[in-house]
Amino acid sequence: MERRIKVLIAKLGLDGHDRGAKVIARGLRDEGMDVIYTGLRQTPEQIVKAALQEDVDVIGISILSGVYMELVPKVIELMKKYGLENVGLVVGGVIVPDDIPKLKALGVDEVFLPGSSIREIANSIRDVVKRKRGIKVE
Amino acid sequence: MNDLLDRALRGEEIAISKLLTKIESLSDEGLSYLSYLMRRPTKAHTIGITGLPGSGKSTLIAELIKEYSRKGLRVAVILVEPSSPFTMGSFMGNRIRMQEVATEGNIFIRSVSTEGNLGGLSLSALMFIEAFDGLGFDKIIIETVGAGQMDVDLKDVVHTKVVLNVPGTGDEIQVLKAGLMEIGDIYVINKAERPDVALLEDAIKFLIDSSESNNDENWKPRVVKTVAIKGIGVNNLISDIEDHKRYLIDTKRYDEVVRKRRIKLIEIYLRSYFNKIIKNLLSTNENYMLIINNNEFDFRAIINSLLGKIKESF
Ligand SMILES: Nc1nc2c(ncn2[C@@H]2O[C@H](COP(=O)(O)OP(=O)(O)OP(=O)(O)O)[C@@H](O)[C@H]2O)c(=O)[nH]1
Ligand SMILES: [Mg+2]
Repeated sequence: MERRIKVLIAKLGLDGHDRGAKVIARGLRDEGMDVIYTGLRQTPEQIVKAALQEDVDVIGISILSGVYMELVPKVIELMKKYGLENVGLVVGGVIVPDDIPKLKALGVDEVFLPGSSIREIANSIRDVVKRKRGIKVE
Repeated sequence: MNDLLDRALRGEEIAISKLLTKIESLSDEGLSYLSYLMRRPTKAHTIGITGLPGSGKSTLIAELIKEYSRKGLRVAVILVEPSSPFTMGSFMGNRIRMQEVATEGNIFIRSVSTEGNLGGLSLSALMFIEAFDGLGFDKIIIETVGAGQMDVDLKDVVHTKVVLNVPGTGDEIQVLKAGLMEIGDIYVINKAERPDVALLEDAIKFLIDSSESNNDENWKPRVVKTVAIKGIGVNNLISDIEDHKRYLIDTKRYDEVVRKRRIKLIEIYLRSYFNKIIKNLLSTNENYMLIINNNEFDFRAIINSLLGKIKESF
């Protein structure tokens, strides 16, 4: 039996609240996933370490402030350092459209802009997992 | 030796993580790793932390982790989280309070879901205890959902059971209702900066004195006051935990806990195995269910036929 998809949802950086991230985390639970939620003000190190110990399929980063171009590469670098090449990375938040191809070139698998539905996010995560693991996912 | 196992035994985190996943999947490979680890010496001190939702379990565990890693101990933490009975998915938020301490020292934190059960311990949690013990961790801390009755499961599984209470719920009898008063070796009154601490302390002490299950003259349950968010009282708690460990060793009960824990593991493994068979049987024999409310319905014949199918499958 294939295991349920396991996702880590974290709020990267210093900005204030995590309502949106929590809504997504709970929504993904309702989509049948196991969601590790690590909350606000996470450093790249904290996020990647948690993903490593929890053996998640996908890291989902929520980011509101404009610092994603500095912080997301740090996350990717640490994922490489810890051997998490097979873990998916998706980023959600207020992202400037021009930056989307840049993020993808860095190694981000999907970018979600505000307004994406939980269903869409869940389905993209399933696709990412399929690609990464080459496994069958319901 | 197998490469993954070898790396995990040397403490490589990604190997430990993958090993746990393989064990959790119940694959043959995973079970063979677990069997190997269970033949290694057992020494880990297992500590169960339970109590009502929001009582401060995770915050307190973060404080314990800090102290233990300061002492140079290797600590594993298992966070048992409730899953949705409908989708089986879960929202696992206990890690939030431990993120700051998780990046230092020799600490490995892993969340598991209750896999559809209300509370208490899941099969994965029991297997992870064995795995961490075989991997040589010194302390294994388990946080369980304080769902009440289910947490009694902890009784036969961990060495030291810590039960959290908080004052100011207006009703010290809450403690009793929660159904947790039977199992504690140590009772923590957390959020002790609040008023009514004395009231709760009296109530707990009274319950300890009048409880029949606490008639062991060698260990009288301790009561400790803490303010977990400020780290106050944590050292007292740690010294009570160590006293309890010493008591178990001195009275030859320490290894007995390991034996009982493994009996429990076998029981839970079998239960979960047969549960799957039953689920599968019911979903593949829906034609039986269709005639359930017409006049051809023969309860005894259906039960016998389904049991026959189970027997055939062996
Ligand atoms: N005032 C006060 N608040 C505390 C104390 N310890 C923990 N808290 C707060 O209580 C809330 C719940 O703490 P947690 O550690 O998540 O409690 P928990 O028992 O693990 O909760 P669940 O896992 O959801 O059952 C948090 O907001 C903590 O900051 C304390 O000693 N005093
Ligand atoms: Mg908790």
